Amino acid sequence: MSTARDRILARVRSGLGTRAGEVPDRPVRSPAPLARPVHDRVTDFRQRAESLQSTVDHVDEMDAVPLAVARYLAGLPPVTNGMVVWPELAALDWAGAGLAVEARSALSADQVGITGVCCAIAETGTLLLDSGPGHSATASLLPETHIAVVPVAVILERMEEAFAQVLARRGELPRAVNFISGPSRTADIEQTIVIGAHGPRRVHIVLVG
Amino acid sequence: MDATSHSFKRNVHARLGDEALQANLRRFGGGFADRRRDAVGRVDDFEALRDRASEIRAEVLTHLDHWLLAFEAEATRRGTAVHWAETGAEANQILLGIARAAGVQRVIKSKSMVSEESGLNAVLGAAGIEVTETDLGEYILQLADEPPSHIIAPAIHKSRDEVSALFAEHHGTPLTRDIPALCEEARQHLRPRFLQADMGVSGGNFLIAETGSVAIVTNEGNGRMVTTLPRVHVAITGIEKVLPTLDDLSAILRVLPRSATGQDITNYVSVLTGTRDAGADDGPEQNHVILVDNGRSRLLGGALHDALRCIRCGACMNHCPVYQNIGGHAYGWVYPGPIGAILTPAFLGLEKALDLPQASTLCAACEVVCPVRIPLPELMRTLREQEMEQGLRPWHERLSIRLWRWLALHPALYAVATRWGIRVLRWLAGKDGQVHRLPGLDGWTEGRDMPAPQGSTFRDQWRTQLAAREAQGKARAAATPVAMAAAGAARSKAP
Repeated sequence: MSTARDRILARVRSGLGTRAGEVPDRPVRSPAPLARPVHDRVTDFRQRAESLQSTVDHVDEMDAVPLAVARYLAGLPPVTNGMVVWPELAALDWAGAGLAVEARSALSADQVGITGVCCAIAETGTLLLDSGPGHSATASLLPETHIAVVPVAVILERMEEAFAQVLARRGELPRAVNFISGPSRTADIEQTIVIGAHGPRRVHIVLVG
Repeated sequence: MDATSHSFKRNVHARLGDEALQANLRRFGGGFADRRRDAVGRVDDFEALRDRASEIRAEVLTHLDHWLLAFEAEATRRGTAVHWAETGAEANQILLGIARAAGVQRVIKSKSMVSEESGLNAVLGAAGIEVTETDLGEYILQLADEPPSHIIAPAIHKSRDEVSALFAEHHGTPLTRDIPALCEEARQHLRPRFLQADMGVSGGNFLIAETGSVAIVTNEGNGRMVTTLPRVHVAITGIEKVLPTLDDLSAILRVLPRSATGQDITNYVSVLTGTRDAGADDGPEQNHVILVDNGRSRLLGGALHDALRCIRCGACMNHCPVYQNIGGHAYGWVYPGPIGAILTPAFLGLEKALDLPQASTLCAACEVVCPVRIPLPELMRTLREQEMEQGLRPWHERLSIRLWRWLALHPALYAVATRWGIRVLRWLAGKDGQVHRLPGLDGWTEGRDMPAPQGSTFRDQWRTQLAAREAQGKARAAATPVAMAAAGAARSKAP
């Protein structure tokens, strides 16, 4: 009995004149052109992230991150509910900065999610977060405020390099590769852009190094 | 979805007379074109990006069978179940089967135009499964029980007051004119639904063959919730959406958001592969992809082949003067605007959407902005030709074209007919020089006056001017030797 799959493939092949097992010869291409040239990865990343309504801070070393985060949070309404952090960042001295963080994935009521990144992209001011053990995808999604810690060394020029980076590090793609470019938004009512749709209302980036 | 594309003219009539809709179209329609223009203006060489995107999409289609199988093999290896559906109805049954087997009670959806093709929500609802649309526009329309009127801004035809009235009715909240407050209300209302659902249904902007992934492009974050929180995720998408590699995806993403909303990149691009990572505590336990044909395979290798390059950005409708005036619902099926004028007859059958390929002035604005260079006006012209060849146009239209052809092939008669035609039109126009009503062609004069012809026919004018020019030429030729002789005399007088 032929299946829907067989019938669809048969129609595709009869339309195209292709045969089963035929492997297309793709032309070898130079890398795709960038939409906007990248002159300086850190400067361009910062400027483009800010144009996407992310806020950006820059500190010299990892040890300075908790105080930078505390400084940022001081300008927001007080955090009364949970503040979660990716386990790989839990060893920083958060308590010393007066912050009570928990190393776990986020629940809907949590107010702040602090994450690392796999890499970042200067062409568009984008963060790349890979899923996996300790890399809770909910930390950058459910809380109102997402804070991402980005070592400047992981800022790459373009998306192609970011994919290559993930593959190099993980061997194959993890369940989710999430490119994040600013706080969630919608323009579904009267084409008016409103920041803070279903995801975070704020994305704050702390550059390190 | 039930189509009303066969009664396009009646649909248009109703929409043109709908003052509220007309006001909304005027107020919100232009924003997309302005934003796209600004986004393209920030790019060094947008044409080069379009070239690359078009090449990739064209290449995939020439060996679609290979790329689909490559996708299937890799997705399966990563633990995604790949299903094939010949029709929308089949896709619904597959999805229902998955839901039943997994004991699903509540489904949350992010935007999927293919699920609009198949009418998925009604089928799930009839099976006693609660479905909630979570894209803000789609949620508004679910409350209003209306189909989307735009492929990326589904509720663009609604004003804030209409949205507010819907929310008041369904949420029991007071009316407001504050748009951020309305968005906040939807956020508060939908958050628990995200957390309670046991199945998430999404579309799929692209399928990546080399990694077996589904790529989803969103702004609100609902797409991420739908694919992260419930224990089952099902992506439902068309068979033409494959891209060979992640590099191809990167290249296409340089044109898609810029052409759609005028963003350099959307807030979220999620590339999803397989099920929950070992040792992770979020992500679905089951992941499915339903590949839907529903008329697509028939187009391959045929006259409409290039329409399958479409990446669903909506730029063609955002720049279409016809869409801007009638809105998306008038087109009567899932896809409005120029691409809808091609896909609707292509998927449903030409006889079910006869007037859609005619719903264009062929101004070609759509072709100029299409990020994958689909020759939209040419495809509409092809469909018009097919309608004529298959005898699908109304008898009076066919008769008048035949009459005109006969006349045009008899130049002497044509000259007489046009000379008399001018007189008749002038007589019909009367004193103000405007024809208000053309007997037999009332449709044309119903909404506009036609200025009466002035002067003589083109052919008469041509003949008169030619004669005048010849006479002038002769006169000049006659005058020239005299002038030269005079000049010669002047020179000889010089010292």
